[in-house]
Amino acid sequence: MFSDANYQPGVLDEKHDVITDETKAKRVWAGLKKKISPDWQQRFYKAYLSELPESFQHLFDFARYAFDNPDGVETNYGHASVMAISKIAHSVDRERHRMKAFIRFQETADGIFYAPIEPDYNVLPLISVFFKNRYADQQWIIYDVKRKYGLFYDLEKVEEITFDIVSEIQQSGISLPSGTLHQKEELYGLLWNDYFKNTNIPARKNMKLHIQHVPKRYWKYLTEKQP
Amino acid sequence: MSDRIRKKLAILADAAKYDVSCSSSGSNRKNTNKGLGDSSASGICHTYTEDGRCVSLLKILLTNHCIYDCAFCVSRKSNDVQRAAFTVEEVVDLTMNFYRRNYIEGLFLSSGIFKNADFTMERLVRIVKKLRLEHKFNGYIHLKTIPGASQELLTEAGLYADRMSINLEMPTEAGLKLLAPDKSHEDVKKPLDFIQNSIVRYKEEKKILRHSPKFVPAGQSTQMVIGATPETDMEIMYSADAYYKNYDLKRVYYSGYIPISYDSRMPIIGSQPPLLRENRLYQTDWLMRFYGFDVSEILNPKNPHLDIDIDPKLAWALRNMEYFPIDVNTADYKMILRVPGIGVGSAKKIVEARKFGKLRSDQLQRIGISWNRAKHFIRCADSIFQLNSPDAFKVKSSILTKGNSKYLKIPQNQLTLF
Repeated sequence: MFSDANYQPGVLDEKHDVITDETKAKRVWAGLKKKISPDWQQRFYKAYLSELPESFQHLFDFARYAFDNPDGVETNYGHASVMAISKIAHSVDRERHRMKAFIRFQETADGIFYAPIEPDYNVLPLISVFFKNRYADQQWIIYDVKRKYGLFYDLEKVEEITFDIVSEIQQSGISLPSGTLHQKEELYGLLWNDYFKNTNIPARKNMKLHIQHVPKRYWKYLTEKQP
Repeated sequence: MSDRIRKKLAILADAAKYDVSCSSSGSNRKNTNKGLGDSSASGICHTYTEDGRCVSLLKILLTNHCIYDCAFCVSRKSNDVQRAAFTVEEVVDLTMNFYRRNYIEGLFLSSGIFKNADFTMERLVRIVKKLRLEHKFNGYIHLKTIPGASQELLTEAGLYADRMSINLEMPTEAGLKLLAPDKSHEDVKKPLDFIQNSIVRYKEEKKILRHSPKFVPAGQSTQMVIGATPETDMEIMYSADAYYKNYDLKRVYYSGYIPISYDSRMPIIGSQPPLLRENRLYQTDWLMRFYGFDVSEILNPKNPHLDIDIDPKLAWALRNMEYFPIDVNTADYKMILRVPGIGVGSAKKIVEARKFGKLRSDQLQRIGISWNRAKHFIRCADSIFQLNSPDAFKVKSSILTKGNSKYLKIPQNQLTLF
C-alpha cells in the first residue's frame, strides 16, 4: 500500500485505487480509538505524519491486527507492524523534539518572531501547542519551507497559514532581508554566536559527537551556525 | 555599547563553562500568567558545542571576581585573567531575549564570591526575582547556592529557582583540602541539607494547600572534578552514592579536570582531560540510578577501578557469569535489565512482548537490543542448546574484537596497572 506520490507500478501488479472517503475514515478512526490506548493513538498519528512510503502498509496491517484481536495487542513488540510503528513514531517524535530545540526566531521590524524550518517529517501539528504555551506573550510564525505552510500565533490562537507571495520569505537560509528585521535582532544574533563559541571547551573537542547531535542538514537555520 | 556587552559575555561565559551541569529537566513551571516561557519536564538541549556538550541554558557568572584562591578554578584570585561583572539588568535582558528567540531553556547563574557570601547571594536572588516577578519569566532557572549564605537568602532563592546546586569540587575532603584549604565539604553539606529539608517541607504543605508555592521543584545537584586529585573510582562513586542517598540529589556531575594551571599539585597544562574515565563514571552513575545496581556491586575493595576497555555493566556480568545465561522469556525484569546490551527501553518491550508468545532472536534484534553483546548472556525461543555455560574470558575477547570503542582513537593518559 502506497500513497499516490510514492506509487511505482510493478510488472505483475494489479493496481487498486483507494480513494479517501472522509466518512469511512472517521468511522475507522473512531473504531480504532476504542481498540487501542491513547498513547498508541498518538503513535499511529505520528507514524502517519512521517509521510514515509512504507508507513502506510504498516498502518494498515497494524489497524487490521488491532481490530482482529482482543484489546491490548498493541504492546506485542514481537509483531512486525507493531514494532515498525513504534520505531517510526519514535523517529517522528525525535524530529518533533529537534524542532522544539532547533527553531530559531528572528524578530521582525513589526515585532513578529519568525522562524523558517525544513523538518524531515510533517511535525508542525505536533509542536503547535508547545510553542503557544511557551511564547504566549509574543506573536510568532513558524513556517515549514518544504511543505509550504506554517503556523501563526496572534496572542490569542494558532492558525495555519500559507504565504501567497513566495518571495516574501527567503528560501535559501535563515536571514530575512535586513530592512525587515528589528533593529536589535542583529545584536542578539551576534551575542548568541559569541556565547556559543565561548562556552565551548577546545581541549574536549569532539566534532563527531557535535555532528551526531546537531546533524548538518539543520545548520542552515541555526543562528549559531551562520558564518 | 554593544562591544562592551559582547566582551562581558565572552569573559563570563568562558569562566562559567567548567560547570558541566546543563540539565533543564525535572521542573513543571507552567505559563499561567500569559508571560514568557514554561519548563518542559524532559528538558531541551537547544544546541551542542563543538566539544559535543549540550547547550540548554545561558550559563554565565555574574562576575568572575573572587576572594578565594582554589587551585583548580580558572577564576581563582591569583590567576591573571580579565575580570568582568554583569549588571542585574544585563543578565535579565540577555535571558529574556535569548529565550524569546528559542536559543535557550533558561538561565544558569553562578558567580565568583565578591565581598562575602551573603552579598553575592543577594545579587543572584535579585536577578531571579526580577525575572520571575517583573518580567513574568517562567523558563528554567538553575541557581548556584553560595556556601555560607544565610538561610533567609537561600529560602528566597528556592522560591524562584527551579534547581539549585552547590559543588563538592573534589570527591573527598582530603582532595579538597589539598587544593582549596579554605573550603570544606561541611560548607557544602549544610546548605544541601537545609534546602533538602525545605523542599520536603514545601511538598508536604502542597498536599494540604494546593496553592502553596513551588520550592526548587527540579531539586538539587552537585559536581566533582575528576583527575585533579588522586582518588580511586571507588572513592568517587561511594562519595556520589552517599550524596545521592543523604540529600536526595537529582544529579551528581563528574567533570574531567582540564588543566588550567601550572600548579605542581595537579596535571600539567596540555595533558589530555580524562574523558574516558569520566564516561565510565557516568555509566556507573546510570547503573546506580536506572538499572538497580548497588554501587558496591560495581566497585569494591577488590575492584577499586572501573575497567578502561569495557563498560561497567559488561564488567559486572563477566565477573558474575554464574547468573548467566538467563532466559528472556521467563526471567525477572530486574535481571533482564542487568544483561549487557539490553537497555531500559528494550527490557520493558521484552516484558510486554513475551506475554504474546515466546520471543525469538530475530524479534529481539528488531526490538533493538545490542545483539552482539547480549547474545552471550541470554537464551530465547530459538537458542541452540548449550551444555557449558559461557566462559568470561572468551566472551570478553569475542565482544572486544567485534566492537570498536569510540575512545580507542583518542590518546589516553591513563594506563591500566596490570
